[in-house]
Amino acid sequence: MLNQNLKLNTKIFNKDTEKKSTRLGFGEGLLQAGTENDEVVGLCADLLESTKMNIFADKFSNRYIEVGIAEQNLVSIASGMASMGKVPFASSYAIFNPGRNWEQIRTTVCYNNQNVKIIGSHAGLSVGPDGGSHQALEDIALTRVLPNMVVLSPCDAIEAKKMTIAISKTKEPTYLRCTRNDTPLITTNETPFEIGKAQIVWQPESGLAKVGIIATGPLLYNTIIASKQLEEEGIKIKVMNLSCIKPLDTEAIIALAKETKNIITIEDHQIIGGMGSAVAECLSESYPTKIKFMGIKDMFGQSGNPEELAKYYGIDTESIIKEIRKIITI
Amino acid sequence: METITDEKIKELKIQANEIRKSIINMLCEAKSGHTAGSLGMADIFTYLYKVALKHKPENPNWNDRDRLVLSNGHICPVLYATMAHSGYFPIEELNTLRKFGSRLQGHPYREFLPMIETSSGPLGEGLSQAIGMAIASRIDNGINKKIYCLVGDGELNEGQNWEAIMLASKEKLNNLILIVDRNYIQIDGSTETVMPLGDLLSKFKSFDWNGETIDGNDFKEINNAIYNAENEHEKPYVIIAKTVPSKGVTKWEGNYKWHGIAPNKEERDMAIQELNDINF
Repeated sequence: MLNQNLKLNTKIFNKDTEKKSTRLGFGEGLLQAGTENDEVVGLCADLLESTKMNIFADKFSNRYIEVGIAEQNLVSIASGMASMGKVPFASSYAIFNPGRNWEQIRTTVCYNNQNVKIIGSHAGLSVGPDGGSHQALEDIALTRVLPNMVVLSPCDAIEAKKMTIAISKTKEPTYLRCTRNDTPLITTNETPFEIGKAQIVWQPESGLAKVGIIATGPLLYNTIIASKQLEEEGIKIKVMNLSCIKPLDTEAIIALAKETKNIITIEDHQIIGGMGSAVAECLSESYPTKIKFMGIKDMFGQSGNPEELAKYYGIDTESIIKEIRKIITI
Repeated sequence: METITDEKIKELKIQANEIRKSIINMLCEAKSGHTAGSLGMADIFTYLYKVALKHKPENPNWNDRDRLVLSNGHICPVLYATMAHSGYFPIEELNTLRKFGSRLQGHPYREFLPMIETSSGPLGEGLSQAIGMAIASRIDNGINKKIYCLVGDGELNEGQNWEAIMLASKEKLNNLILIVDRNYIQIDGSTETVMPLGDLLSKFKSFDWNGETIDGNDFKEINNAIYNAENEHEKPYVIIAKTVPSKGVTKWEGNYKWHGIAPNKEERDMAIQELNDINF
């Protein structure tokens, strides 16, 4: 059942449950952050509307800089602005930001420990028809390896908005991973959020869970739907929203592993180096647990609608159900 | 034209000479590092820190200071030496260059030495950061801060510079002054062989910058160019400063092989002797 201590969206199982993209959540969050703090500035590389920074730019044109299609310049300028006390949000597609400009992020942002917020939109397979060249499946790996960097991957638009407001008040370099498509609202405005805290969003009505699933990003929805279907068969599952990949909530992850002895991780990202790898690094050292890694298996994506891609690459609801059944029958 | 007295020029020459000696000594002590560019830029650094920059060595975080971004971080011996000779830290500390635990890392590292504006070394990133500072300063409508950025000529091979050059003119950053160390050398040889840069000033002007080319080892010309740059009200300003690599040590001057090596003790003694023998 949904963990109602978190005041989650109870309409999530309705067919017409409300959907909104995480990039839009970011855009709304940036508007609020900019309204509350004059030092917040926005920079974009010719993807203003796509990354939803237009909501901020329309209101604060004097604090918005259009740098053109130049992502390396984008983050380095942001670093210079941060050194003058600004709180720069630099947005583009995740494939270019942090993909194209990784070394600039490493040197000018992280090595300098400058307060720059990197916004990578259209991450993952879910960008769909644009095809493999535009599907960022490596961005979590690229950012979480960098010292000083905070890495966030919101499950829905509301969480993305809360994250954006929260990181406008922190001093750390941060990567916020956003997605293109409208996806179900899992949380509500009342759901608590704290950087560095994982949340158990689904749990058995009673007793201990046999499987612990750790999801990041909008795939959390598929995970909850899968868990609900299996609950009807009496299979006890706990689902964790690991929206903060760095710093990692090791305490919560170890507790989940201790309870369930079986962990599945799922992400719209390469298995190599992604969120699941972060979980494995934690558990291997502190509480060795068998992990099934669900994600992209060392390959590139292709064009298609998000649903058929999720199915083909094995991160849809059916694939999750299949993996849980495998664990239960062993 | 801004005049500078012969007396002031003599004073600057003596200071630059002391800075050159410190550079040679610290590089010899470190046993590695970049000699040619450091010596070639000693006159410009001396002028910036002793004349041009609004700064307070005793209060490096003074908010209203001008900003200086060294993009080609490998010539940091000249940065460190000039800062030490300006009172930022003791001159003796220069001997810790490139050693474990030192604030004076092989390439500038702001976390260890917060009194510098940025870490640098990986080429092509400084101008963008300087632009960020210039834009932030403009947003603040602050007092008239100038943002100086220094780049090497070989560094202009990096495409990011040209992204930055376009943006600076688009934003009409009249508070930005770029100084290009035009010494015609890079690691693999002459800049015009490795990747020809040609007429740099024309290139900048076609990107809608203003600027001029000067002898970067001549204080009169440096003084005049900085005056022009500080009084530019429309556009970003570039000073193409032709410098002699390893300037001051006749045997090393102009030889690209000195780009990335340090003198041994014998070479140091020879060089220091030459600098000691100069009559000002």
